[in-house]
Amino acid sequence: MENLRNKYIQAIDIAGDENALEAVRLAALGKKGEVSLKMRELGQMSPEERQVAGPALNDLKNEIISAISAKKEALEDSVLNERLKSEWLDVTLPSRERPAGTIHPISQVTEEVISIFANMDFSVAEGPRVETDWYNFDALNIPSHHPARAEMDTFYMYRSENDDRAPHVLRTHTSPVQIRTMENTGAPVRVICPGGVYRADYDQTHTPMFHQVEGLAIDQSLSMANLKWVLEEFVKTYFEVNDVELRFRASHFPFTEPSAEVDIRCSWDNGQLKVGEGDDWLEILGSGMVHPKVLQAGGIDPNLWQGFAFGMGIDRIAMLKYGVPDLRAFFDSDLRWLRHYGFTALDQPNLHAGLSR
Amino acid sequence: MKFTLSWLKKHLETSANLDEILLALTDLGLEVENVVDPIEALKDFTIGKVLSAEQHQNADKLRVCQVQTDEGELQIICGAPNARKGIWVVVAKPGVFVPGIETTIGVGKIRGVESFGMMCSEREMQLSDEHDGIIELPSGKVGERFVDWLADNKPSKVDSTIEIAITPNRPDALGIHGIARDLAARGLGKLIDNEVNPVKGSFPCPVSIKIEEDCLVNTPVFFGRVIKGVKNGQSPEWLQDYLKAIGLRPISALVDITNYFTYDQNRPLHVFDADKIVGNKLKIHQAAGGEKFIGLDEKEYTLSSGMTVISDSNGVESLGGIMGGLNSGCTDKTENVFLEAAYFNPIRTAYTGRELKINSDARYRFERGIDPAWTPKGIEAATQMILQLCGGEASDLVKEGHIPDTSRFYKFDPNKVQSLVGMKIPTDQQIKILTDLGFVLTDDQAHVPAWRPDVLGEADIVEEIARVASLANLKGIPLPRMDVGIPKPVLNTAQKREQTARRSIAALGYNECVSYSFIDVGSAQLFGGGTEATQLQNPISSDMSHMRPDLLPCLLKAASRNQARGFNDIALFEAGPVFGGGEPNDQDFQISGLLVGQTSKKNVHSRIRNIDIFDVKADVEATLAALGAPEKVQIRRGGKSWWHPGRHGCICLGPKTVLAVFGEIHPKVLKEIDVKGPAVAFTIWPNSIPVPRNKSATRSALNLVDLQAVERDFAFVVDKEIEASDLVVAAAGVDKQLIQEVRVFDEFIGKEFGAEKKSIALTVRLQPTEKTLTDAEIEDLSKKVIEKVANVTGGFLRT
Repeated sequence: MENLRNKYIQAIDIAGDENALEAVRLAALGKKGEVSLKMRELGQMSPEERQVAGPALNDLKNEIISAISAKKEALEDSVLNERLKSEWLDVTLPSRERPAGTIHPISQVTEEVISIFANMDFSVAEGPRVETDWYNFDALNIPSHHPARAEMDTFYMYRSENDDRAPHVLRTHTSPVQIRTMENTGAPVRVICPGGVYRADYDQTHTPMFHQVEGLAIDQSLSMANLKWVLEEFVKTYFEVNDVELRFRASHFPFTEPSAEVDIRCSWDNGQLKVGEGDDWLEILGSGMVHPKVLQAGGIDPNLWQGFAFGMGIDRIAMLKYGVPDLRAFFDSDLRWLRHYGFTALDQPNLHAGLSR
Repeated sequence: MKFTLSWLKKHLETSANLDEILLALTDLGLEVENVVDPIEALKDFTIGKVLSAEQHQNADKLRVCQVQTDEGELQIICGAPNARKGIWVVVAKPGVFVPGIETTIGVGKIRGVESFGMMCSEREMQLSDEHDGIIELPSGKVGERFVDWLADNKPSKVDSTIEIAITPNRPDALGIHGIARDLAARGLGKLIDNEVNPVKGSFPCPVSIKIEEDCLVNTPVFFGRVIKGVKNGQSPEWLQDYLKAIGLRPISALVDITNYFTYDQNRPLHVFDADKIVGNKLKIHQAAGGEKFIGLDEKEYTLSSGMTVISDSNGVESLGGIMGGLNSGCTDKTENVFLEAAYFNPIRTAYTGRELKINSDARYRFERGIDPAWTPKGIEAATQMILQLCGGEASDLVKEGHIPDTSRFYKFDPNKVQSLVGMKIPTDQQIKILTDLGFVLTDDQAHVPAWRPDVLGEADIVEEIARVASLANLKGIPLPRMDVGIPKPVLNTAQKREQTARRSIAALGYNECVSYSFIDVGSAQLFGGGTEATQLQNPISSDMSHMRPDLLPCLLKAASRNQARGFNDIALFEAGPVFGGGEPNDQDFQISGLLVGQTSKKNVHSRIRNIDIFDVKADVEATLAALGAPEKVQIRRGGKSWWHPGRHGCICLGPKTVLAVFGEIHPKVLKEIDVKGPAVAFTIWPNSIPVPRNKSATRSALNLVDLQAVERDFAFVVDKEIEASDLVVAAAGVDKQLIQEVRVFDEFIGKEFGAEKKSIALTVRLQPTEKTLTDAEIEDLSKKVIEKVANVTGGFLRT
């Protein structure tokens, strides 16, 4: 028995490849293998003999099986190691290019603004960019002789000779959407109106198209103090600071009364804006209590309802937050600019994770 | 609106300093835009006396001076020819910044001799262009601040100039008196309201005036008088200083006086040379239209009917409320002057000014509204000043028409103020504010002063109180939620789709653009636009003359610009409005994408290839899927002219609804817009995608079958223009239960089939649901597929 064991363990040990190993297995454990034959002889033995020889043979069989499997693994390993030795790549080669698109800062900031105001129950309304002069001006308490009309550098649409309506305009602000919303929903209402607006002006800080977001809240007892709170919450959340000081300054807009311009406390460090600290004030928006005539134009009874409105430039707050220097470049579609100032598709702003990365 | 501090102090008795005044102005709604404070730049200069001046040993033109200063005797080297013993001078000691030479003085050696400061010329302190020598003061005290000396001796040189923005509702603040009234109401001092005493005429006015009946609406009242024997010429220095400080050019005493009242009281006036009024009669009437008029600006204007004009028997001499005429204007030789003070209607003035494009100080004020009640006082005050500065003798006053009645009142409710503003303002403070602003309060009514044409209702009264009480004190109060609980989603389907589309397309590698909504007419015409209806009346350039009919011209132009910068592989998209016509409801919403160049840069991994229609088709399909478009769509041809006629497809739902188009841009369009191809693009109309009827978030049940699926391949030879989708639909229709999918896996066009044929190969995947398919069943189905496809397409199985 011991000879048998030595013979096969040795044979396994020197087997050079899988075929040789298989031959050893067949010689020992195959149908006609030496160990198999021996096991078959157990039947002819006396019970006493079998008691001794049986377990011994079984042990031998198991030992040979595990030796073969260990050898098999060793053989495979050595083959694999040979292969791995030959497999070498220059891993400093560039990776496969994967396209990376961007979201324009105006879209990104619009979504940021929506997510903040949505949390204060403001929904989103839109309206046409070619407007009647009634929606753009008259309904907003800007009659045709009002100096504000001239000051707004309005773009007018072509009007044919046989059409005696006043020419349509490219909306100079998103305020007409407020009127359309009031007409559609009545009071109470909370809505923001983001979108493109137009003024015939082009220089370093003005482009003939830019973007605004206006807000409107009408209820029974809303006051300027509520307005201030809403704007404080907005500015803090948008600029992602814990605290910010807002300064209301009396001003005039035909569509609000009283009206206020709103400044935020800030400082400038190397052209970089820091909101909430410092000795400078930055004007960021206009606001006020909706003028009774405007409520009336929107079909809301000013004796029962009152509320506030505000408006600011989306491009402008985008420039301030993200340090974009030149407004004109927003509309130039320069790939270098789009890639540098754009946002990735996954940068979807939300309040629970913070607006920006 | 510009004014100086000392001019303001003619109307406001105040102990407030400049900073306090500036803060209050801005807070009151009179936003300070600019301040020039000469004191700030000069505050460190002091007066000294030259004790001795010796020739510098190493330089002919320099003198070594010993100067007595507040810091003792200093040695100063000076090159001025007038530097000599005994004169009073202005000294900049070491550390002082000298604005005219933009240098901070230090201690230094000049040609080997130490110098401890500088004696300055007027130019070096930016007081004037005078630089012939250093300043010699006629008097002085060693160590006194130079600015204090100026304040005592030449106050206009240290007067601060303040520029404020005037909102259109505040014509009263276009006069310095009105600004002072606001500041006084704020508590910054006392308004100085001098009585204006009428001047008694010593002879009847030789010029008569007449307002035509139909012009009384536009010129309700007109005062005039002649002052004879005046001596026109330069106005006195104080008046010139005032006008220069606010950017006006002194012209002559008579003209300067009218300008003075324009700014002092918001009271524009006009002076005619009385000797040039032909016929001694002025008629105020509506222009008939077509008259020619040469204004004081020496430009000729053609008038339209209805404009308010003032004529003598020679013709139009003045445009009422806007500009006087050159013919009848005053010159240095004027001896007899006719002074006009009238009230011109704001709306008429605005229209006339706008039409003739005249931006004068008078128009600016009349169109915003002056105080009609002050008209008679205005002419008396101006008469007094003319008599004072030019001498002469005043005639009786002549008056035509009536001062328009502007009296009106509105309810004053202190509680309403608190409710709107959300701030506690005690009632007596509210009353005081209104009274200080000139309102007269009776019971619960506030009567509006004549100088406030903007106050037209209760809300305006609230605003007056709020702004004077100061909104700076406003404290925020939380806005209650509309409903208690977690806020509801706010976006509608269209808004959600817009956001989803943007992020899907950006994820596919496109860069989002935002382009101007207007483009040039040529580009617009290439895309079905460029019509009159979509044309701007007043574009800022011919590149931006028409509303865009489509987003693609904008993207193509952007691609062209980027190519010019050396970028050749371009993926751009935009989501935005397009304009089919000139009416508000002609606007549509589109999303377009554009691919130009190669799929990637040259690289080690694969050969580069041009982008093609199937790249853009994949992107459009992915985006439509993200937007929830149905999977089953038809692809048709027959898109618009800017697509390559054979290489584009419209993705449709039924015969009418087009969800999207993709394809190659027509080569002629590329050439016109100067884009080097290849260029493929897509346009999606997200609002055409039907909103799913089932709003439930629940998915349909997943049915997993464990039986083995079977795939069989078929290659058919068909006519070249038979579309692969026809084969797919035909094959799939053979057994809708069993055939799970039909895929096209090969298209082959080769000689063996002839030029008019091609081969299309399909994989048909069979998924049994009840039992495994037998060979016979598979064979049977294959036969049916071959038959059906052959039938539908006229093709045959390739063998």
